[in-house]
Amino acid sequence: MTDPMIEVKELTRDFSVRRKSAGRLGSRRTALRAIDHLSFTLATGDAVGYIGANGAGKSTTIKIITGILVPTAGVVRTCGLDPLRQRRELARRIGVVFGQRSQLWWDLPLAESFDILSAVHRLDRSTARRRTAELVDRLEMGETLQTPVRQLSLGQRMRAEVAAALLHSPELVILDEPTIGLDVLSKLRLREFLIAERAERGTTLLLTTHDMGDIQRLCDRVLVVDHGKLAYDGSLPGLARTVGARRVLVVDLAEAAPDLVGLPGAQHLLSEGGGLRQRLAFDPETTTAAALLAQVSMRATVRDLSIEEPAIEEVVRRIYESTR
Amino acid sequence: MSRTRRRFDPYLAVISSRIRAQRSYPVSFRLDMLGALAVGVTEFAEVWVIFAKVGVLGGLNFHAILLVFGLSNLAFSSADMVAGHLDRIPEYIRQGTLDVFYLRPQSVLAQLMTSDFELRRVARIAFSGVILSFGFALGGIHWNVRVVALVVLTYACGVAIFAGIFVCAGSLQFFLINGAELTNSFTYGGSYAASQPASLFPNPLKLFFGYLAPVVFTGYLPTLAILRLPGPAGLPSWLAWCSPLAAAWVWILASGLWRLGIRHYQGGGG
Repeated sequence: MTDPMIEVKELTRDFSVRRKSAGRLGSRRTALRAIDHLSFTLATGDAVGYIGANGAGKSTTIKIITGILVPTAGVVRTCGLDPLRQRRELARRIGVVFGQRSQLWWDLPLAESFDILSAVHRLDRSTARRRTAELVDRLEMGETLQTPVRQLSLGQRMRAEVAAALLHSPELVILDEPTIGLDVLSKLRLREFLIAERAERGTTLLLTTHDMGDIQRLCDRVLVVDHGKLAYDGSLPGLARTVGARRVLVVDLAEAAPDLVGLPGAQHLLSEGGGLRQRLAFDPETTTAAALLAQVSMRATVRDLSIEEPAIEEVVRRIYESTR
Repeated sequence: MSRTRRRFDPYLAVISSRIRAQRSYPVSFRLDMLGALAVGVTEFAEVWVIFAKVGVLGGLNFHAILLVFGLSNLAFSSADMVAGHLDRIPEYIRQGTLDVFYLRPQSVLAQLMTSDFELRRVARIAFSGVILSFGFALGGIHWNVRVVALVVLTYACGVAIFAGIFVCAGSLQFFLINGAELTNSFTYGGSYAASQPASLFPNPLKLFFGYLAPVVFTGYLPTLAILRLPGPAGLPSWLAWCSPLAAAWVWILASGLWRLGIRHYQGGGG
């Protein structure tokens, strides 16, 4: 059994916030709990989506895992290291992208940022050249290499940030909102790259995002944090189940039929074309798509069908609401 | 040798990139140089105006004050090049640059110092060097081992003293909001005090600039030692040889304050 890649035990972090006290000069300090007894583990090779509303404590967790912030209480081990005491050693083994802040040199051509970072991580010349070429090729950055960073588009810059964080081939990659503001094509490219990179190197991935497409494509496990507490830890379909999100069966019938009401475990939502297409919501916990289809077939002839999965944004919203 | 070289490779890569970046905008670079030079010239003009009137001030004549000004400014402008931007720490915090430094396998302070290496400050270093050479030439000072040793020691320790003061001032930035004005009065004020004959200072100031923020070690004391002058009460000229102690003291203070500042950033308000 190998050591976990990230181990967070009973992590608590308070921020002291200055509030102007009414009527008097000066201010009072009040403690604001950003993280509240949070515990989770990431095994080597995991790909985990870390989601939560703004201010739920995602970025604070990441800053503590990477050794930027000190926890108020609790224990954190990253790559088996103490992120505070062994920050430099840890920095060699992790790659981090903060979507909102850049680690590139804005006034130099992109290629030079890669050269400097190779020196920062003390890669030997041939390794640096090989790895840079590989990343440039996979992230399709060949044409932008000589462009000053400040002139890159958001999509180009974000790919460059990811390349910069992966240059030293870290075993743990932490991405904080890597797809924020990207167009559909840029998102797709970035996701494809991350999938390939992980498949090849077995990199462990921790990802915060508001984009459920990222989670669906990249992660096999989801952590939901809410008000600094862990609200869910498990698979994405499981997340849908816990909040009772329903799937929808859409059937196209051979002939118009009356509304399909009263089927066990299902609710009729809508009929279109005078009853030619009908939408039935069902709870995967109480019935299956096949059973429901059998029920429908007893009343009408089904010509075609499709199943709609619950929208993940909806699922997460429900979690936030239920814990509020 | 290759191990020590590799140790500094990351910093050298960053510094050389900074130099390349500044040289890729030649017009703005030259204007910056000119601006930096103008600051040095103005400060020197002030000294000149005073000495044109009085001739001797605080026991020093014009030639001697050229040495004080040259030595202290040489050290200050060199320190300014590597550490002068530490007063912009609040900006680094806002932009998240400081967080990025935490994610690299080097010391955060050393990264901060090398991240914004300003080549334009070379102009002021060169100007200080010119003033210093005039001081030596006009004063008719004979070069011997003692003088060379004093100058080298003074320069090395002077840079360390001023850099340490910059680090102290930078550390305070973690606690202050828009505190650059306040801390600049320590750094630039310290440089100004260093270019004056300390014999003029009232006793509390002598104590402050002699022993607490020991900038008299960067210009005034070594000048006395070079000219074999005795020095005022409380600041005998042989102290000039003790500048490594002064530098060590400043750095003890600086590393303590820096640690406090960092702890505040990591632990207090983020």
